[in-house]
Amino acid sequence: MSLLDNHLLTLIVAVPFGGALALIFFPSDRPRAIHYFARAVGLLTLLLSVYTFATYWSKDGGFQFRESYPWLEGLGIGWKVAVDGITVPLILLTGVVLPAGIFMSWNVKHRPKDFFVLLMLLVTGVLGVFVSLDLFFLFFFYELAVLPMYLLIGVWGSSSDFGTFIRTKEYGAMKLVLYLVAGSVLVWVALVAMWVEAGMVSFDLEVLEKASFSPGFQRLFFPLVMVGFGVLAGLWPFHTWSPDGHVAAPTAVSMLHAGVLMKLGAYGILRVGMVLLPQGAQDWMPVLIVFGTINVVYGAISAMGQRDLKYVVGYSSVSHMGYVLMGLATLEPLGVSGAVLQMFSHGIMTALFFALVGVIYDRTHVRDITVLEGLSKRMGVTGAFFVVAGLTSLGLPGLSGFVAEILVFIGTFRTYPLLGVLGVIGAAITAVYILRLMAKVFFGPLGDRWKGLPDAARIETGAMAVLVFFLVLVGLMPWPLLRLIDVDVATLLQRIAGA
Amino acid sequence: MQALPNYALLWPELLVTALALLVLALDFLVPKLRKRALGYLSAAGLAAVLALSLAFLWGRQESLYEGLFLVDNFSLFFKALFLIVGTFVILMSVDYVDQHLEHPGEFYGIILFSVVGMMVMAATGELLTAYIALELLSFSLYVLVAIARDNPKSNEAGLKYVLLGAFSTALLLYGISLLYGVLGVTRFEDISSKLQAMDSINPTLLVGLTLIIAGLGFKVAAVPFHMWAPDIYEGAPTPVTAYLSVASKAAAFALVLRFFAVALAPAVDQWAFLLVVLAAVTMTVGNLVAIAQRNIKRLIAYSSIAHVGYLLMGVAALSALGSNGLLFHLVGYAVTTNLAAFVVIIAFFNRTGKEEISDFAGLADRAPFLAMALSAALFSLAGLPFFAGFTTKFYLFTAVAREGYLWLVGIAMVNSLISLYYYLMVIRQMYIEPASDASRLRVPALLSGLLAVLVLLIILIGIYPSPLLRAIEAATRAIIPA
Repeated sequence: MSLLDNHLLTLIVAVPFGGALALIFFPSDRPRAIHYFARAVGLLTLLLSVYTFATYWSKDGGFQFRESYPWLEGLGIGWKVAVDGITVPLILLTGVVLPAGIFMSWNVKHRPKDFFVLLMLLVTGVLGVFVSLDLFFLFFFYELAVLPMYLLIGVWGSSSDFGTFIRTKEYGAMKLVLYLVAGSVLVWVALVAMWVEAGMVSFDLEVLEKASFSPGFQRLFFPLVMVGFGVLAGLWPFHTWSPDGHVAAPTAVSMLHAGVLMKLGAYGILRVGMVLLPQGAQDWMPVLIVFGTINVVYGAISAMGQRDLKYVVGYSSVSHMGYVLMGLATLEPLGVSGAVLQMFSHGIMTALFFALVGVIYDRTHVRDITVLEGLSKRMGVTGAFFVVAGLTSLGLPGLSGFVAEILVFIGTFRTYPLLGVLGVIGAAITAVYILRLMAKVFFGPLGDRWKGLPDAARIETGAMAVLVFFLVLVGLMPWPLLRLIDVDVATLLQRIAGA
Repeated sequence: MQALPNYALLWPELLVTALALLVLALDFLVPKLRKRALGYLSAAGLAAVLALSLAFLWGRQESLYEGLFLVDNFSLFFKALFLIVGTFVILMSVDYVDQHLEHPGEFYGIILFSVVGMMVMAATGELLTAYIALELLSFSLYVLVAIARDNPKSNEAGLKYVLLGAFSTALLLYGISLLYGVLGVTRFEDISSKLQAMDSINPTLLVGLTLIIAGLGFKVAAVPFHMWAPDIYEGAPTPVTAYLSVASKAAAFALVLRFFAVALAPAVDQWAFLLVVLAAVTMTVGNLVAIAQRNIKRLIAYSSIAHVGYLLMGVAALSALGSNGLLFHLVGYAVTTNLAAFVVIIAFFNRTGKEEISDFAGLADRAPFLAMALSAALFSLAGLPFFAGFTTKFYLFTAVAREGYLWLVGIAMVNSLISLYYYLMVIRQMYIEPASDASRLRVPALLSGLLAVLVLLIILIGIYPSPLLRAIEAATRAIIPA
C-alpha cells in the first residue's frame, strides 16, 4: 500500500478532477451512464477519504502523507500537500457529502453531463484547498471552487417568488460569485504581502511559518485574511450571499456549498491567518468573536422570520457558522477544537437539511412553510430525518451538534462570558424556530393538497441515511475525531501563545 | 566598424518579405488560383520561417548596423510570437476571406508585411528604426481595417484609424525629436549612458518622454489614448480585430519594454509614477466601460484596454521579474486567450452574421464546443484557475507587488473582480438564456482544430507554465541582465 500512501493526497484531488475530465468525453445522450459514472467517482472519493481518516496516525499528529514537487521555482511555488488532524475530518466530510450530493441528483435531467463536470470541479477545488500546503495552490483551488458556481446555480438552480418580487437564480448566482471573489481579492493581497515580507523566496506555508512577521505587519494584514476568508464562512455582515445563493442553487450544490465550501472560509482563517499571523490573530480575535456572536444571533433571528423553507435553512447555516467563528476566536483549546468539530458536524447537518428541502420541493413544488402542513403523515422517512437534522441543529445531546456547540460554549465562557451567554441565547432561538417549523410542516394536520404525496425515493433515503448515521455516530462517539483534532489544535495554540 | 554586416541574421525578415511579395504576385499572375490556397501558403510559409528561426537563431546575441538591429533572445522570442500569431490569424481568416473579400492576395500579403514590421520592432535598438517599423505595421493595419470595402463600418473604422494613428505618430515623432535635441543620440544604449551622466532631468527631455509615452500609449490603447480602439475593433473585419488586439499590441509592448528597460532605466524615477497612474486609470476605465457594452467585439476591446493596464504595471515595476510577468501575461492573455475568443466570434459570425452579445443566447445548445471554448477564454481573461489567465496574472501581480506596488496590485485585483461580472454576463447568455433560433451551428473543421489547440494551450499555460517561463526568462535576460 506504500504507493497509495505516498500519493494519497494527490490522488484524492485527482479523482474528482479526473472524473470531470472523463465526463467531458462522455456522449451527452447517455444520461444513465453519466449518472452511474458520477456515482462511482463519488464513492471512490469517499473510499479514499475514509482511507485517509483510518490510516492517519493520530498519535503523532502533525502533517502526514506529505508529497512535494517544484512547480515554478522563480517564485518559490511547489506542489506540496499534506494533512494534519484538523484537515482529516474535513476531508472525510467532503468525502461523505460528495456522494450524498451525487445520489441526491438522480433526477437531474437537464444537461446531466455538464452538471456533474462542474460539480466535480467544485469538489476538486475543495479537496485541493484542504490538502495544499503551498499558498499558491491553496489560492488556486480556492478560486477553482468558486468558478463553477455561477453556472451550477444559473443553469440548474431555481428562483424564489416572494410575492411582491422575485429573487432570480441569476441574481443569487452572480451575488455569490462576486462576494466570494471579492473575498479572495483580500486574501490574495495578504498572501502576496506575506510572500514579499518573508523575503520573496517561497509560498510554502511551512517556510512562511518560520518567517517572523513584525507585529505591525500582522496587525495590518490579519484583517484581510479574516474578512477575505470570512466572506466564504458567512461572516456577518458579508453573509448575505449565502442565503440567496444557497436557496437559488440546486440541491446537490446547496449541500456541497453550505456543507463543505463554507468550511473553506473558516479553514482559511485557521490555516493561513492563525498559523502565519499569530500575533495578528491575538489582536483581532476579540473583533472576530463579536462578529461571530452576531452571526449566531442575527442568523437565528433571520431564520425565524423566513417563510421559505430553504431560506430558513440558509439563515440557519449563517447562524451555525457563527459558532465556528466564535470557537476559533476563543483561542482556547476546547473552543478551537469545538469549532473544527462544528465544521464537520454542521457540514453533515446542513447537507442533510438541504437534501430534505430538495426532496420536499421536488414533490410539492412549494417551499412556503405556511402552505406545507403535516407532511409526516405522507412522508414518514423525510419527516424522521428532518427531526434528526433539526435536533442536531438545536444541539440535542447525543447528536453531533451538541458536542461541538458545548465545546464552543465552554471555550467562550472561559474567555468572553458575556458573548457565551449570547451564543446560548442564539441556540435557544434556534430551538424555537426549528421546533415551530417541524410542528407546522411535519406534525400538524395533513393539508388537503398533500394527500397523494410520495415519500423520498429509495436512493434518496439511502443517501440521507448515511448523513444521519454520521450525525448520530459523532454525537455518541466524538472521540475518534476529537483525538485527531485536539493534538494539532494544541500545537497551533502553543504557537499563537508564544507569539 | 564592421566591414560587412552579417546579412544572414536578417533572413527571417527577408524571408517573410519575400513570402509577402510572392503571395501578392500569385494573386495577380494566377487568377484561377483558389482563394484559400493563398491563405494556406502564407500560413505554411510563416510556420516554416518560425521553425527555421528557432532552430538557427536561439541563443545568438549579435547586433547589426551598429546596434540598430539586434538579434538576441528577446527579439527572437517576439519574432516567434508574431510568426505564431500570424499563422493562427491567417488560418482563422481563411473562411472569412472566402466569404467576404474579393482580393485575398492583398489581405494575406499585407498581413505578412505587418508581420515584418512587428519583427523589426522587437529587434530594433534605436528610435528611428523603431519608428519606421512601427509605421510599416501601422500602415498595414490601416489598410486591413478598411479592407471590407463594401462595408461602411469597416470604411469608417479605417478612416478613424488613419487619422488618430497619424496623430499619435506625430506625437511620438515629436517626442523623439525632443529627446534627440537634448541628448543628441537615438540608440537605446547611448540614451541610457547619456541619462546616467546627467545630474538632473532637463524639462524639455521630460516633455519629450511624455510625448513618447503618449504616442506609444496610443498604439497600445492605454487610457486616455484609447478612444479609437472600441470603434475600430467593432468596425474592422473580425479576423483583423483579432490581429489588432493580439499582434499589434504585443509588438507595441515589445518596443515599450526594450525602450524602457534599456534606454530609460536610469531615469526610472521620472517616468515610473506616470506609468503607474496610466496603468491604474487604464484598467479601471477599461473594466468599468466594458460593463455597458452590447457588442462582443466592443466588449473585448474594452477588456483588452483593461489588460493593457495590467501589462503597464509590469513596465512600471521594471525588473527582471516584472518583465517576465509582462511577457508571461502577454502570451497567456493576449496570444492564447484572446485568439481563442476571437476564433469563436469568427466562427459564430461566419455562420450567423451577428456579433451582439445577446445573439450568443443559447449557444451552449447550438454549438456546445464554441460555448465551452468561449467560456474557457472568458474565465481565463477573468483570471480563474486552470486557465492561463490565473497563472499569468498571479505571476505578473506578484512581480509588481515585489517592487513595492502592493496597493496598485490591490486595484488590479478589484478590477479583475469587476471584469468577472461582465464576462459572466456573456456566459449567462450562452448557458442560461434560451436561444431565439435553436438551429445547430456547424463549425468548420479548420476553426474547430484551431480552437482545440488554443484551448489546450490556455489550460497548459495554466497548469504547466515552466517551459514557457524558461523561454521568457531567457528573453528577459537579453534586455535586463541578471
